[in-house]
Amino acid sequence: MNRTLRGSVAVAGVGETAYFKRGQSPDPEFKLALKAIITACEDAGISPREVDGFASYSNDRSDPSRLAAALGCKELRFANMQWGGGGGGGSGAIGNAAAAIAGGLAECVVVFRALAQGQFGRFGQGPRRRAIFGEGAYTAPYGLMSPAQMFAMKVQRFMHEHGVGQEALRAISLAAYHHAQNNPRAVMHGRPLDEATYNSSRWIVEPFHLYDCCLENDGAAAMVLLPAERAKDFPHAPAYLLGAAIGSHFRAGASVHNTPDYATSTFKTLAPRLYEMAGVGPGDVDVLQSYENFTGGVLMSLVEHGFCPPDGCNEFFVKERFLAPDGDLPLNTSGGNLAECYMHGLGLNVEAVRQIRGQSSNPVPDAEVSMVISGPMVTPVSCCIFGGEATL
Amino acid sequence: MSAPYLAPGLPQPAPAPDGLDAPYWKGLAKGELRLQRCRACGGWQWGPEWICHHCLSFDLGFEPVAPKGRIYSYERVWHPVHPALKDQGPYLVALVEIPEAGSVRLVGNLLGDPHQAVPFGAPVEGVFEHHDDPDAPFTLLHWRLLN
Repeated sequence: MNRTLRGSVAVAGVGETAYFKRGQSPDPEFKLALKAIITACEDAGISPREVDGFASYSNDRSDPSRLAAALGCKELRFANMQWGGGGGGGSGAIGNAAAAIAGGLAECVVVFRALAQGQFGRFGQGPRRRAIFGEGAYTAPYGLMSPAQMFAMKVQRFMHEHGVGQEALRAISLAAYHHAQNNPRAVMHGRPLDEATYNSSRWIVEPFHLYDCCLENDGAAAMVLLPAERAKDFPHAPAYLLGAAIGSHFRAGASVHNTPDYATSTFKTLAPRLYEMAGVGPGDVDVLQSYENFTGGVLMSLVEHGFCPPDGCNEFFVKERFLAPDGDLPLNTSGGNLAECYMHGLGLNVEAVRQIRGQSSNPVPDAEVSMVISGPMVTPVSCCIFGGEATL
Repeated sequence: MSAPYLAPGLPQPAPAPDGLDAPYWKGLAKGELRLQRCRACGGWQWGPEWICHHCLSFDLGFEPVAPKGRIYSYERVWHPVHPALKDQGPYLVALVEIPEAGSVRLVGNLLGDPHQAVPFGAPVEGVFEHHDDPDAPFTLLHWRLLN
């Protein structure tokens, strides 16, 4: 039996709320989730009452039973949370939703993520409590307590092992800001970034300048997944899920920075599985969204997905390569987590679908194979590939 | 006590309520580094866990180890993410591997000039920093470059 999700499920609708700077949403988090879901259902041409499943990640606080009650869903058949923090579960939640549909557990599953940090507190701050125990006791008292600080340690090691220069990280940031200038949804729309501004920006933690770090935002994003056989009824071109992979390597979760393979984005074991299920290779990818918690995570993600050899980063990571429409690997074409919005990366999946529809604000002509890499350097991570009709 | 490396007011470490790592903190208080080792297979592991990942034995202990290691990675932190560090300025955090204990890794601050160059692989030795808080005393383990 050939067990695969390839082509069995399609994205019918995508949607998001307006994106806000952190703490500035006029709506509370649950209302943001409802608004994004309704927008995605409208885009899919279905009633929210037809939704019978919800999938999210990173301990999203909008409970599926409350959502189903609020939306008057006829029945709830699937309520799924992908374990793990950060954005590592973004593509994983889509994989879970697709597996539920392909396996007959549910018919119409919404994948969503909602964040209102004004209501619930920020990511990029250390803990405020006085006593700390468990893993945090081994790091926080030494001033190692934010995501940037956790991941800089990995990226420093990778850059040391492979002689990577700061300009490689800079290229990722410049490409994101470039794309955001064409995207009216982007929080950094109208705020372009150039080399000099990047170079003179303050350090957060070496090797990350300010512009190597994601934003923190309020908002919500959602997508509606349906069985592929219903795709002929979609109002927009379907984006078929060609493959998804979730997980991490041997003892990736060993605590206090003790994973044996340390300087990694956590994708070495996932990438081969993803490509095998999708039936494509890195050379087939028309457009790529790669989660930028920090640019260093993108660097290692691209290496581990076979786009660039680890010792060739300085040559590969140049801005022009990553620009739509003409670059040979258009990257983070909405502006991504750096410059569109940090919706824990689900905005990257929405953008990947828009590329297949030709609806991106930075369209890549004839994009058929559209890939997303979610939440590097955490565990578990995930990735997925969407394909247009021609890829089936 | 000489001045601590980082400004006071950061979270203070405490042993886990489930007892998993109590021997580690007791050791630090006495100026001794104790790391987890399996009594069945002799394998080292860190951070502490209830089972040995090498052989799946539950018979684990904590053994004294000389606080000597080498720099595996490091970072120079500039942006304060905690109010206690508002006026700290840059500081160094090191990830130190301990060859004598199966090359497990420990996080600590790297003492000395925060602007110093930090060579990967350089040998370091541990420095115990005791905090005599009357309610909840604790000890941190920092590092300094040898030579």
